[in-house]
Amino acid sequence: MIKVQNLVKVFGTKRAVDDISFSIDRGEVLGFLGPNGAGKSTTMRMITGFLPPSGGSVSVGGFDIVEQPIQAKRLIGYLPENAPAYTDMTVHGFLNFAAEIRGLRGDARKKAVSRVVEMCFLESVLRQSVETLSKGYRHRTCFAQSIIHDPDVLVLDEPTDGLDPNQKHEVRQLIRRMGEKKGIIFSTHILEEVDAVCSRAIIIDRGKIVANGTPQELRQKSEWAGAVTLRVKGVASSAVTAKLYQVPTVKRVTVVDEKDGHVTVRAFPKAGANGALAQAIGEAAHEWQIEQLQAEEGRLDEVFRSITMPDTVKEATK
Amino acid sequence: MNPWRNIWTITKRELGAYFTSPIAYVFIVIFLLLCGFFTFFVGGFFERQEASLVRPFFDWHPWFYLFLVPAVGMRLWAEERRVGTIELLLTMPITAWQAIVGKFLASWLFLALALVLTFPVVLTVNYLGHPDNGVILTAYVGSWLMAGAYLAISCVTSALTRSQVVSFIISLVVCLFLILAGFPPVINVLEQFAAPRLVDLVTSFSVMTHFEGFQKGVLDSRDILFFLSVIGFSLFTTSVILRTHRSG
Repeated sequence: MIKVQNLVKVFGTKRAVDDISFSIDRGEVLGFLGPNGAGKSTTMRMITGFLPPSGGSVSVGGFDIVEQPIQAKRLIGYLPENAPAYTDMTVHGFLNFAAEIRGLRGDARKKAVSRVVEMCFLESVLRQSVETLSKGYRHRTCFAQSIIHDPDVLVLDEPTDGLDPNQKHEVRQLIRRMGEKKGIIFSTHILEEVDAVCSRAIIIDRGKIVANGTPQELRQKSEWAGAVTLRVKGVASSAVTAKLYQVPTVKRVTVVDEKDGHVTVRAFPKAGANGALAQAIGEAAHEWQIEQLQAEEGRLDEVFRSITMPDTVKEATK
Repeated sequence: MNPWRNIWTITKRELGAYFTSPIAYVFIVIFLLLCGFFTFFVGGFFERQEASLVRPFFDWHPWFYLFLVPAVGMRLWAEERRVGTIELLLTMPITAWQAIVGKFLASWLFLALALVLTFPVVLTVNYLGHPDNGVILTAYVGSWLMAGAYLAISCVTSALTRSQVVSFIISLVVCLFLILAGFPPVINVLEQFAAPRLVDLVTSFSVMTHFEGFQKGVLDSRDILFFLSVIGFSLFTTSVILRTHRSG
């Protein structure tokens, strides 16, 4: 549905987006991750045709966004960052305007408006002016605008920003439901959202794609993937680490905590030794009193940090 | 899809925006008060003892517009940029041209409404005497075209900035130049040291010069063309500015 090829955007001397390529098919929800200023919004603005690319191309549903902007834009629903909306209009007026400019008239327009009002729970503020809305409602109004024409492609820039936890949950449900039939790309810096919603995630940093895969695959990149946490009682930490280093698949052991005779250590596996480590450690520790033995899953936040700020993380772990 | 449908959708929204905010009412009331005051007191409508609106009424229009039209036009793009709705507007399946024309048209129609509401002046002069209503009509047309030219300039300055105040001041200065270039005291000074051809060139840029014909009841195609080309050129400049912003 969306095909991005070698996309570049230069502002002055800064390459805000630097040679990005990816594609999204129908039924996919792509999470777009990255630190602030990584180029997420700029990329989305180019996909939706707001900013012209400095290089490369974007095609939406087969239409090039520069060559055939009107046809391409018809297929897109867009929620810009900060969810702007015309403050002088009522919610109803605003949605009617959005429907009309999308070419919906008469009955089709009425149906579309009442559909999104229901989907986004806007019934109670329908006659209120956008200016007086709380942030959550304003956000949902703008979101409603983006799905009013039931687009094939949704581009959502931080769709859950500024919402309370319940609203966040609702929006995520909505995205996941709609993702079954559409191609969706959304940006976020909340990592739990990636697990909750995405079928695939891309991490970008300083304008470049630094990771691309399913949430599961990304997690595998974590140092933590396959690590084992062990807590034992009545043994000195030095003895525990010494013993664990004898296990051939252990690469590194760190002491997490030592208090009142309880020792918690974490063992990281050598490359390719995933999965089997917990068992090996269990055997090595069988003579001690084991209180906890847990195989860790990879952690997205740790992957995210190690990818997007490699230098500082290395500093911190030394 | 029919481009006029898109333009009309934008125009309707913009017109609605004027009337849901106090701008429309404040503008119309002040415009009508100014018109009344200047026509009957400053312009000496009664003292002149003639059934004509040209001197007491239409002569003031370039000056009213100088302050009022930039106030109408200043929000057109500056507000869109400040609030960020420009990102919504320009990612809709419409061309930038349709948005520009739609917005301009809304403000221009609004100014037409304000002009139409000065009809009591026309009724008064008709009640008191027998004016040439043809002249009054052409003067109205000229006044509206002139307002359109001012408005298009305000569109440009509005697209230049996020701040409505900055937009207002810049368009006021540009419009002031367009007036002064044909203002008799300024021309007199110019004539003392500049070649007559240069003076003609300068005055040909003035809205005053081109409004003059309409006030005499003459619909000169050159005058109409002048105002329309100012509008066309300004709207084109607006589109260039909007594009430049986006290409960074």
